[in-house]
Amino acid sequence: MNRWLLWIPLVLFSLFFAIVAAGLMRPKDNIIESKMIGKPIPEFALPAAIEQRPALTTADLATGKPQLLNVFASWCVPCIAEAPQLLALEQAGVSINGIASRDTPEDIANFLNRWGNPYVRIGTDVRSSVQLELGSSGVPETFVIDGNGVIVHQHIGDIRKEDVPELLEILENAG
Amino acid sequence: MIAEAGLIALWLAASMAFLQFALCAIGLVKGQDEFFAAIRPVAIAQGLLVSLSFMLLVWLFVRSDMSVKLVVANSVAIKPLLYKITGTWGNHEGSMLLWVAIMGLAGACIGIFERNLKTKTLVTTLGAQAFISIGFYAYLLIASNPFERIFPVPADGQGLNPLLQDIGLALHPPTLYIGYVGLSIAFSFAVGAMITRDVGPEFAKAMRPWVLGAWVFLTLGITAGSYWAYYELGWGGWWFWDPVENASLMPWLAATALLHSVTVLATRDGLRAWTLMLAVVAFSMSMIGTFLVRSGVLTSVHAFAVDPERGSFILALLAIYIGGAMALFALRVGTVKEGSQFEPVSREGALVANNLLLSAILGIVFIGTLYPLVVEGFTDEMISVGAPYFNLATGPLALILVAIMAAGPLLRWRRDQVNALLNRISIPVFLTAAALFGLVIFTTSMSILSLLGLALAAGIAVASFAPLWKRNLRRTPMHVYGMVLAHFGVAVALVGMASETSFTEEKLVAAAPGDEIMVNNWKVTFQAIEPVAGPNWTALEARVTAQYEDQAIHEAAPQNRMFASAQMQTSEAALLTRWNGQLYVVLGDSDEQGRWQLRIWWKPFVTLIWYGGVLIALGGLLAMVGRLRRAVRQKQQRAYAEAVL
Repeated sequence: MNRWLLWIPLVLFSLFFAIVAAGLMRPKDNIIESKMIGKPIPEFALPAAIEQRPALTTADLATGKPQLLNVFASWCVPCIAEAPQLLALEQAGVSINGIASRDTPEDIANFLNRWGNPYVRIGTDVRSSVQLELGSSGVPETFVIDGNGVIVHQHIGDIRKEDVPELLEILENAG
Repeated sequence: MIAEAGLIALWLAASMAFLQFALCAIGLVKGQDEFFAAIRPVAIAQGLLVSLSFMLLVWLFVRSDMSVKLVVANSVAIKPLLYKITGTWGNHEGSMLLWVAIMGLAGACIGIFERNLKTKTLVTTLGAQAFISIGFYAYLLIASNPFERIFPVPADGQGLNPLLQDIGLALHPPTLYIGYVGLSIAFSFAVGAMITRDVGPEFAKAMRPWVLGAWVFLTLGITAGSYWAYYELGWGGWWFWDPVENASLMPWLAATALLHSVTVLATRDGLRAWTLMLAVVAFSMSMIGTFLVRSGVLTSVHAFAVDPERGSFILALLAIYIGGAMALFALRVGTVKEGSQFEPVSREGALVANNLLLSAILGIVFIGTLYPLVVEGFTDEMISVGAPYFNLATGPLALILVAIMAAGPLLRWRRDQVNALLNRISIPVFLTAAALFGLVIFTTSMSILSLLGLALAAGIAVASFAPLWKRNLRRTPMHVYGMVLAHFGVAVALVGMASETSFTEEKLVAAAPGDEIMVNNWKVTFQAIEPVAGPNWTALEARVTAQYEDQAIHEAAPQNRMFASAQMQTSEAALLTRWNGQLYVVLGDSDEQGRWQLRIWWKPFVTLIWYGGVLIALGGLLAMVGRLRRAVRQKQQRAYAEAVL
């Protein structure tokens, strides 16, 4: 056996160390500027994800009133953490549209039944093609869309309690 | 005063650990045996002192001593006694103290019982063990003192996370910790052996019971954790690939590989370097898992509090221990002589394949768990890698692994014939094919993985008993029975998993009292809804009756609980268990018309998943006891032979 092969475990561990050390150093609350801001929502028409809520198309997102567009999935753990905040936003009178990414109707229904259903409309994005068009590669992710269907803000990751007032303010300003 | 006594005991235990390490280091450098003689008593003293410290913390929780910060943060006076006790380790500081206490006790056990190893290797092992403990003591005493007082003393505590107020979760962490700590001993053995260059069958035989013991506890811990998540989260699933679950699965995968490679080393003196590496990796995975859960770098439903400062401390410990051990490996393993050789088609060959597949699965889970962190680091995006990735990536490898598991024990050591093997496994292969054929014809819409899983399970269930074929069952060693039982357990669990995935039936209804719902052969009647109160919660409870075909009527009472002290709602699912599956009822919210959401599942053979887990652990236990008894008997025979001569 080559002697230098024996160093591979240590090299791999160093790599792991570098990654998590960087993860620890990075502040968790950094604000991310998105390239999608200021652009209109791409054209799409997604079928309804569950029977109880209507389908979602681009036209539904340009109604003259600012709205939220939330990408989620039943298999996504941070989406569970986010659920109460979405319900709070709904309580505050925000209309929230959902895109269920790579999911099945049963799982979506289970998820919404367990953690609450704050959505007006939910489209199912089985191959996550619309999600990619939106420039989102992960779940959960939330877009603030103004009355003309233009993205004014992108929130990456789960919405925490402290993010709710900020989102409400952005929605207010978009109106 | 109890808190101060606990802290003093902890400091004394820490100084004992330091002494233990110093004795080993000086002894090794000077080569003097008198330093070695003192190391056993010191290890025992360390174990007793740290256990005392832990017991004092338990006492503080039982007394609900609200002058101690940790008790205030994690307990509440009206809580039931059992959860006051388990609250001791239902938090960060307490669980770290439990960890180091188990580690100290394990060190004491080595000091008392281990007689097989050469003195030098034993001492080095205890020295390495002390070195690991010192880091944990430092961590507790500097960064997270569990005995810290609070002033002014508050009237009552803040309570324990309601999700943790459950017997399953109360016993789950100690079980896993015993497993992790067992692996720390395997790690110390490996470090000791690398330093003294004493790697061989004797070393493997000394290490094996510890690996087996650790593996049994890890298996039980994971099984219990899976069942807990299944009934307590009210979500109806048994595995979510959550980072915290993965944190316990990764050491188990490494330990399973280690368990098999250490047997090759003990029996055939092969796989020396590989076994050492696995011992290092197995413990590394326990530490890394703990770190991922504790540091807040990963998001999870049941991760502990986010705290980068403590995360940095554990990360530094990781760097010293794992980095150090891997550097030692690179420097020393070259000088460990290669063991004996073997042909690819042999028992060793099958075990190598088992090891490679387990390592590959471990790699996949590891990458999947860390991937979100990497993506976040490079692109500022946050993503979650979900069940689709893990199932798709690990499923096929796991099935191949299971197939090899059926064939491996039927192979001879060193060299075997392919034809002979095919002959021996012809019946299981036929059964698998027949099951596959039957399933394809009589069932619809099974995923390919479940289909293959169920068919393979039929073959393995039979193949796992094949090692007993044509053997004198009374003279068959106990560890063979252990292996048979554990392998059979895998088949049982596999049936449960595949059946649950493919044949579960679900109904989601809005029901008013009096409504009847049919799920599979169950007739479920929603009788009434009533408020009920427990010691520290109130709940809405649905009275539900359920009847399987025309048999007796069962009652079930799913609840929605509100915990006052934590302002949290939990869902208590109601489970009705029959031999062929479980009915799972969850109460949801009500709508304006006074109807209530009920979610009802019929999960055929779901309980086999956990019965299988228990069988696997039981098999490990049998093997461990068998090995230990054999060691004792051989020693007696040797002593007798010497006395006669």
